[in-house]
Amino acid sequence: MAAAGSGPYRRERSLALRSSSSALYNNLAVLCPPARPPAFGAVHGTTLSLLGNEGPPRQLQARGGGSALSIPLLTQAAWCELPSRVLLVLTSQRGVQMYDSDGSTMVFWHALDIPEHPAAHSMFARGISAAGGRFICVGTSFGAVLVFDIPPKGTNVTLSEVLEQHRDPVTDIAAEQGQAPDGAGDLVTADDSGTLCLWSTGEEFTLLGKIPGSGSSCSSVTLWNGIVAAGYGNGQIRLWEAGSGQIRAQVSAHARWIYALDLAPLTGKLLSGAEDSFVHVWKLSRNPDTDDIEIQHCHAECVTDTQVCGARFCDPAGDTFAVTGYDLSEILCYGPA
Amino acid sequence: MSARTLPLLFLNLGGEMLYILDQRLRAQSIPGEKARKVMNDIITTMFNKKFMEELFKPQDLYSKKALRTVYDRLAHASIMRLNQASMDKLYDLMTMAFKYQVLLCPRPRDILLVTFNHLDAIKDFISDAPGILNQVDETFRRLMETYNCLSDGEFQLIRQTLLIFFQDMHIRVSIFLKDKVQNSNGRFVLPISGPVPWGTEVPGLIRIFNHKGVEVKRAEFTTAGNYVTPQREGSFELYGDRVLKLGTNMYSVTRPVETHMSGSSKNLENIAPNPLAKEELNFLARLLGGLDIQKPAGGETGFRLNLFTTDEEEEHAAQTRPEELSYKVINIEATQEPGRRAELSRILGEMEVAEPRPDSAEKGEDLLALMDGL
Repeated sequence: MAAAGSGPYRRERSLALRSSSSALYNNLAVLCPPARPPAFGAVHGTTLSLLGNEGPPRQLQARGGGSALSIPLLTQAAWCELPSRVLLVLTSQRGVQMYDSDGSTMVFWHALDIPEHPAAHSMFARGISAAGGRFICVGTSFGAVLVFDIPPKGTNVTLSEVLEQHRDPVTDIAAEQGQAPDGAGDLVTADDSGTLCLWSTGEEFTLLGKIPGSGSSCSSVTLWNGIVAAGYGNGQIRLWEAGSGQIRAQVSAHARWIYALDLAPLTGKLLSGAEDSFVHVWKLSRNPDTDDIEIQHCHAECVTDTQVCGARFCDPAGDTFAVTGYDLSEILCYGPA
Repeated sequence: MSARTLPLLFLNLGGEMLYILDQRLRAQSIPGEKARKVMNDIITTMFNKKFMEELFKPQDLYSKKALRTVYDRLAHASIMRLNQASMDKLYDLMTMAFKYQVLLCPRPRDILLVTFNHLDAIKDFISDAPGILNQVDETFRRLMETYNCLSDGEFQLIRQTLLIFFQDMHIRVSIFLKDKVQNSNGRFVLPISGPVPWGTEVPGLIRIFNHKGVEVKRAEFTTAGNYVTPQREGSFELYGDRVLKLGTNMYSVTRPVETHMSGSSKNLENIAPNPLAKEELNFLARLLGGLDIQKPAGGETGFRLNLFTTDEEEEHAAQTRPEELSYKVINIEATQEPGRRAELSRILGEMEVAEPRPDSAEKGEDLLALMDGL
């Protein structure tokens, strides 16, 4: 089947980071404002390196908690685009920090409830997404998903709901980036056991369906036109029908643990990055006759001697993308050939 | 981030240390009896029961400084002495070796196999001492109990925690450079060929299912990678073929241990205000309290081990070590003096090590001051 309009990519410039990226899932945040160059963020231990489209690079620190002597580690950072505003959200071992989109002002801080006795399991927040045009959802290591209600401006963020459907640490959360078919839900949450939960967002979130894990951890997830694309620890990408929970495609995509997935909503291009040093570009589509979900391989990039930990498209059509790797002090950019 | 990382870090680094010491003892032609005594003493200390109990408690990783101090004490648990330069080099080799092993593990769970490889080798070192063998087997069982039931996701978290610990370390190691597993810029070579991890399929297949879950189409794609299916999985039992070679002894008498000082190491801890957390001090106090340190009697039984080929080289290395790679070791000299030992025991008795209490910050500072004064 001819792949229309999905030409090859080539490596473009690299952007220098002040510090190297840590081996964390989805470790590249990108903000693509229209008609402006993108802004990037990558986590390094306790700090987030920000490369803005304006002004000098900036570093944000994880916020410590009380009597702790050491600064907590960050787990993830992401820009959350809501109709009224864009917030930069950081998750750490202690809690959730929300900033203005350029990272200049902290808007909100939520501390995780640290249990009385030190837990055998670790405590952290991880998994960030805007949802329902009004909320920001953040996952936790004890499986709960925190739903924050974000006012159009100001700092009066409130914890609106706590969703308790996952029994394993949450890994990633994704909101519908296209048009959800009826009954398909507009949010998907994923956890360490590979379990996916599908939600309908609103004043009260409703669980629409649960896809049980099958032995492999799900580290990254996207949702587009009712198609869930999930990346797993065994290197597989699976496509699920959000409405029915049925599996529609299975790809032996990578030779190692997948660390990042991203989707370009205008074209349905899917980007995957893994520990095996490879970044792949795929094309999702729906066959109008059979209603089958199709996925084709478009392009492969090998980032020599690097374990990829972040990969994101830098425009909604997926003509450009950026990649981070463990121990790499730069962001690699790729564009149309 | 994972509270279960420390035992794996400690045991694997310890294992590498023993490989290197064993090689140097042979290279320096230390008499067999002395060499065996050194190895036995260090291994006995490493696998001390109270020590292991403390180690296996869920906790955050210790700082690089605290951990380095522990190995300093371990290396000096017997009649052997090492100069600062040699100790620095030893630690460089240990850490780069384990970093390499963690990075190249096919599955996060395989870090456990790497640990078992180290322990299997340690058991070989002390095969003539059944008492110590028992201790090691005990630790083996504890490892199996603690880790065999963890999920892949939890192992990946452990691996990520270790990788944060090793981040930005790019010290070049001769044996790695020669074997072409490390580039001249200090970064490890990550092969894109060979067996895929157990449980992973060779990349290339796309399967499409209809809405009833029936497979309706297959397609293939190709990439530059050249992968094959693995033959079998390594054993997680007390005895067994681990299959994985990572964690086995890569040194032999003919392969010298060398490092080249290079590259910056932006220490993640330069931000943290305190070098030692209260829990780390407890741990160290325990270690010092429990150690039975052999004082070299004159110059007869004791000896100095050199990690370099000549004394001049060692001296030169000490003078030219880049500032950013200095370990800033905390000098804690435990002594055999009964008075001092009693003092430490008293402090140990006072401190409830199990539960960290927010108001005990002062006690930690007292202990630090006491150690400075030793």
